[in-house]
Amino acid sequence: MSKNSTCPSLWARVEACTDVDLHLIPGATASHDEREAIDAALDGARPERHLLLPALHAAQARVGWISPGALNHICARLSVPPAEAYGVASFYAMFATTARAPRTVHVCDDIACRTQGAEGLCQALTDKFGAAGEDASGLGGAATWVRSPCLGLCEQAPAALVQRAGEARGDEAVAFASLDDLILAVESGTVRSPQQTLAPQTESPRDPALRLLRRVGVADPSSLDDYRAHGGYVALRKALSMGPERVLREVLESTLVGRGGAAFPTGRKWEAVARNPMRPHYLVCNADESEPGTFKDRVIMEEDPFALIEAMTIAGITTGCELGYLYIRGEYPKATARLAHAISQARTRGWLGDNIMGEGATFDIELRRGAGAYICGEETSLFNSLEGLRGEPRNKPPFPVHEGLFHKPTVVNNVETLVNVLDILAHGGPTFAASGTPGSSGTKLFCVSGCATRPGLYEAPFGITLGELITLAGGVADGRSLQAVLLGGAAGVFVTPDELEMPLTFEGTKAAGATLGSGVIMLFDDRVPLGDVLIRIASFFRDESCGQCVPCRVGTMRQEEALHRLVAGRTNREGEIGLINDLAMVMRDASICGLGQTAASAVQSALQKFPLDSLGPRLATPAGPAKTPEAH
Amino acid sequence: MEAVPLPFVRTVELTIDGQAVRVPEGTTLLHACQAMGIDTPTVCYSENLTPVNVCRVCVVEVEGSRVLVPSCSRPAEPGMVVHTDSDRVRHSRRLVLELLGSSVDLSTAEPKMLADMERYGAVPERFDTGEMTGHGAKATVQQPVKVDNNLYVRDYSKCVLCYKCVEACGTDAQNTFAIAVAGRGFNATIATEFETPLPDSACVYCGNCIGVCPTGALMFKTEHDMREAGTWNESAQKVTDTICPYCGVGCTLQLHVQDNSIVRVTSPHDHDVTEGHLCIKGRFGWQFVQNRP
Repeated sequence: MSKNSTCPSLWARVEACTDVDLHLIPGATASHDEREAIDAALDGARPERHLLLPALHAAQARVGWISPGALNHICARLSVPPAEAYGVASFYAMFATTARAPRTVHVCDDIACRTQGAEGLCQALTDKFGAAGEDASGLGGAATWVRSPCLGLCEQAPAALVQRAGEARGDEAVAFASLDDLILAVESGTVRSPQQTLAPQTESPRDPALRLLRRVGVADPSSLDDYRAHGGYVALRKALSMGPERVLREVLESTLVGRGGAAFPTGRKWEAVARNPMRPHYLVCNADESEPGTFKDRVIMEEDPFALIEAMTIAGITTGCELGYLYIRGEYPKATARLAHAISQARTRGWLGDNIMGEGATFDIELRRGAGAYICGEETSLFNSLEGLRGEPRNKPPFPVHEGLFHKPTVVNNVETLVNVLDILAHGGPTFAASGTPGSSGTKLFCVSGCATRPGLYEAPFGITLGELITLAGGVADGRSLQAVLLGGAAGVFVTPDELEMPLTFEGTKAAGATLGSGVIMLFDDRVPLGDVLIRIASFFRDESCGQCVPCRVGTMRQEEALHRLVAGRTNREGEIGLINDLAMVMRDASICGLGQTAASAVQSALQKFPLDSLGPRLATPAGPAKTPEAH
Repeated sequence: MEAVPLPFVRTVELTIDGQAVRVPEGTTLLHACQAMGIDTPTVCYSENLTPVNVCRVCVVEVEGSRVLVPSCSRPAEPGMVVHTDSDRVRHSRRLVLELLGSSVDLSTAEPKMLADMERYGAVPERFDTGEMTGHGAKATVQQPVKVDNNLYVRDYSKCVLCYKCVEACGTDAQNTFAIAVAGRGFNATIATEFETPLPDSACVYCGNCIGVCPTGALMFKTEHDMREAGTWNESAQKVTDTICPYCGVGCTLQLHVQDNSIVRVTSPHDHDVTEGHLCIKGRFGWQFVQNRP
């Protein structure tokens, strides 16, 4: 963070000026608590617009909502017009812009959690505390509960997140939540069933072939020394001795492609930025993992945070960046805390900052939290979010390597992509390229959830078939039969039990008309009402659309409405399917970004592969863990 | 005789609808199409504002591009092969107009938008397919008109969220920043901070937002009141060009007069001085003209 240590009074004067230039909300003053929290978040930093999100987080965390007074204080400090700051605050699901109880329990009712009874839990919470979003009855306005999209704890479904404003203990996740766990969380904020790490291959007998997960469960994630004892920081030292050009060549030769979903060659991205004469360059690590069913990056960040810090340092030095932003989704408090700790350890050791390892290179990392917006995983939305703007995607071209964060050349990489770089440096690019398949080198993390016997994070070389991976996870739970697999998340596609021979590679899934996406493998057994899953996916996109472009803003709404009618089976099916197909085409062809372009993908695949009768009537079937007789 | 060198302008050659065309470098596909006489529908585009490419109605098909591209903001590139009337283009344009028509009240929209709906066969009613399951009626942006001052009203039931008013209020014209897009997705709206009424906001009543609004969501209060009373009659109005008498800038005003009363003031978007933008005096300060004894 750029600090102004020389002239503290300067910024006081700047602030005094903005009171004149800005039209603040008349009569709204920040409370002492709000002022203290916001000032602490902005302490010592130059008051610039890009600090808007951290300042809003500070106010939200202290009092549980963004009050007009708090907004005024933030606007005065950062010289941001209140209308724009309100536009930003109201964009994010984790910020409340109307007074809300300080304790909010976000209960995930998304697709993976639905297979584990989330809808039943929500119904029970409604009976106990009243409707979602209302003050929980009997608690004197101290708490509320709300429904939440995927929290990235799909292997520990059903999950929830407790937001505890004004408390030192902060936010915390609830895993494998029972109704009693949730009631306790609402009533007292206590988390009785905290989240765990579920990576079955790291348990005894441990899979010796693990690469990305090799330190998970072995090295202490809070200790830099332990990280080093398990091979950490060897790659950075090697990179510093090799120099940027040779590192770049290794990454190019490794044929590594991005693991965030788009599968773009990492080396080409790095090269484009490294060669760009415009300065400064920025590195952005996209840790805004929000694709329903995805939790791989969370596990790495929680269990091996130094690996990401080391990989980012290598990427930054190689591409000529002196500052890297690590943008992590707001719903990951545990990973955020561990990364913050790892960054400060590395800084103390002299392995972040100036003169890294005494070799003269400069690179530092700023950790930024998202605030509940799936769209911010889209790279250009992420830039806007970092810059203190609404997280709306930009039109491409220009691409980030030419014009990215702060309109400068920017490398954006996913967490898993970056961590692969450590292996590439350890063993050499060609060795990495030789692993996996010719089209997909290396290993891949797969997020197995839904109706699997052993849900969790799995690492496997590219080329393993879908069926083999499901077997690795113990097959379908409770001896039920497999109805469908969602591959790649809500933006992915459904595949049928007839397609289990599909090799899990970028080229193999593409040939089968599917996508690997972020590595989501979500299983649905024969009891799950598919129509209900499709409606939940459609409502996810409707909820997460930023609202900027018409095809997505209105299209996702109309898609959800048409699906409701189709699944209920009350109107003419051909007509509804015609509408749904028309909407799919305009969203795919004319939306600005990947969200709209894939918002119909899963729905389309299901309508093509599964008989319509399997969508509707099953809703009435009471059997199965997902008790969802009526769509919400 | 001395030769006067022409300024050197680099050009690019591309193909649009099968016809080769050469345009200056940096020309957008929309302008290239306009130069060829190809009529391209637009909603969020305006000559006097930075393109935001959000409505997606001006999309064209560029060979080699996976998705359609917004012509308003995409510069022409050498060798591009562009189709402006392919099935995919026609489909997207029709659907965008249908989606707008199905969610927004377009009764006072620019005639061009309504003509484009007809041209592309947009039938917004096909999304009104009767009974909804557990969802009530089809979602629209229907809401009460905001009347909180004497100069203009905001009827967001008519808002297509084209961002034009936000741009005009911001760096494209007024630099007042009284309004911004708030909320997200289908619930996104144009708003002041916490929906504060305009008199408590930063608004300076320049009315430049009204000047760029394509649907009448932002409207002079005079016009709004006359429409309510059923006396608004555009065909009976006379438009007179004049120069604003207030200061030395010399903005061109177009006075819209009905029954010998000024009912609305605009300025031409292509005017050198104003680019369509005015200040509160030129826009609203005309009462003295009709201060009859």
